[in-house]
Amino acid sequence: MALREQLKKMILEVLPGVDCVIGWGAGYDALHAAPLFMRAPEDVERFLSGPLGAFGAVQNPALFLPELAGKKIGLVVKGCDSRSVVQLAAENLIKREEVVIIGFPCEGVIDLHKLRNKLAAHFVVNEPGGVTAVNLAGDHLALTAGGQEYTFKRDEIMADKCPRCREPNAVISDCFAGIERRADNIADDYEDIAALERMSLEDRFRFWEQEMSRCVRCYACRNACPLCVCRDHCAGASRDPHWLTQADSTRDKFMFQLIHTLHLAGRCTGCGECQRACPLGIPVLLLKRSLGRAVEEMFDYRAGLDTEAKPPLLTFRVEERKIKEREW
Amino acid sequence: MPLLNKHDRRPEHREARIVGFLCNWCSYGGADTAGVGRYSQPSDLRIIRVPCSGRVNPLFILKALLNGADGVLVSGCHPRDCHYAEGNFYARRRLEAVKRFLPTLGIDPRRFEYSWVSAAEGGRWQKVVTEFTAQIHSLGPSPLMADAPEFDFLKECGI
Ligand code: SF4
Ligand code: SF4
Repeated sequence: MALREQLKKMILEVLPGVDCVIGWGAGYDALHAAPLFMRAPEDVERFLSGPLGAFGAVQNPALFLPELAGKKIGLVVKGCDSRSVVQLAAENLIKREEVVIIGFPCEGVIDLHKLRNKLAAHFVVNEPGGVTAVNLAGDHLALTAGGQEYTFKRDEIMADKCPRCREPNAVISDCFAGIERRADNIADDYEDIAALERMSLEDRFRFWEQEMSRCVRCYACRNACPLCVCRDHCAGASRDPHWLTQADSTRDKFMFQLIHTLHLAGRCTGCGECQRACPLGIPVLLLKRSLGRAVEEMFDYRAGLDTEAKPPLLTFRVEERKIKEREW
Repeated sequence: MPLLNKHDRRPEHREARIVGFLCNWCSYGGADTAGVGRYSQPSDLRIIRVPCSGRVNPLFILKALLNGADGVLVSGCHPRDCHYAEGNFYARRRLEAVKRFLPTLGIDPRRFEYSWVSAAEGGRWQKVVTEFTAQIHSLGPSPLMADAPEFDFLKECGI
């Protein structure tokens, strides 16, 4: 049975016991999926109905869980999404028993920024109706845009987080569709950060100056982050302390990213939603991954793997194993 | 080291802007001890007294560095000597994480240091301030992020 059919069957089984099941449905055009809230059996027909199937299931549905606390929710998750659920539960932001998790072996998702960049030379991709006739067959994606046909290899438009993903199968699930994908041979060498750090310090600083100058302060990065749960009490909007001015300044925009990054220290699971949601495609995930790498190195800890784990920055050891004592 | 004066524009004589977050119970006392003992110290450090090194939000450090500070020093009680028993243990994890994060931003990690100095250690305080100040002088002024040039709508539209 195809994956979609298997998942649909599971959703139908779960549905009577929950208030709704969250998954992905069709968006405004063939390339875009949108979160889908399924309350009745007929809604399930719209599940993954786009031509990209699970390859287009880019959003992280864990985002909606904290707001829906108190309700019983079914959630279809990719591996990365499941880590967000685990982290939310570890931080007591949701109750594990209020969520029914439906996992599947994720084969990676599309990165629409990459695709957009590849097509940018030809026309404005964001225009609704600009892209038509999308067809994913085997390892190739064919699409028609502006009357022209284009073909891309699946790998070249896949999100960077996918080939290095160590948990493509949900890390926790109540039911699982299909056969787990093998992933014990996959490692994350943080090559993206290493590449950045091959640049001189001065160049890195200018890199961020350039990238952040494009930020429009829409805060989509924050709103898409499943672990940014402060909502109306965001430090970025507070007047006292006044962390950020209202000026159109690159420094403030960068500072906002640093607030996001530091508030996610030891919590970020690297799901990449912040970067995906950014309408300007600013590589803000690099910042979060860099701090995540530091946390992994210092405390052998990765967020979102164990609901019982204590976040490393909320605890300490009298003798730290991997922090050298100060010489002065 | 030459005598520094903030009105002196020659780079080697320029006073650096260094922000120090010192805990009330140990390092602030240590700085006081150094002063009372008349240990000579460079005068580039602006001290902000905090109740505990655990009070130092890592964002203070980043905010200072992005807004013109050439260096930031956080100093608290020695591990096991925290007035509040565990504040500096939490601080140590946070401060170390920030230090390892700075290179990604393109900020030299040597612009930020943390140290443990007790109220009795006037001599140690003198050493920390002197060495850190010299380190910041060798790094020079910290980079500032420029704003994007203003978008000229009329010009873009060819008007
Ligand atoms: S900061 Fe970005 S990568 Fe990390 S959890 Fe939030 S959205 Fe995901
Ligand atoms: S989503 Fe992008 S443009 Fe919007 S605030 Fe975040 S970094 Fe800036």
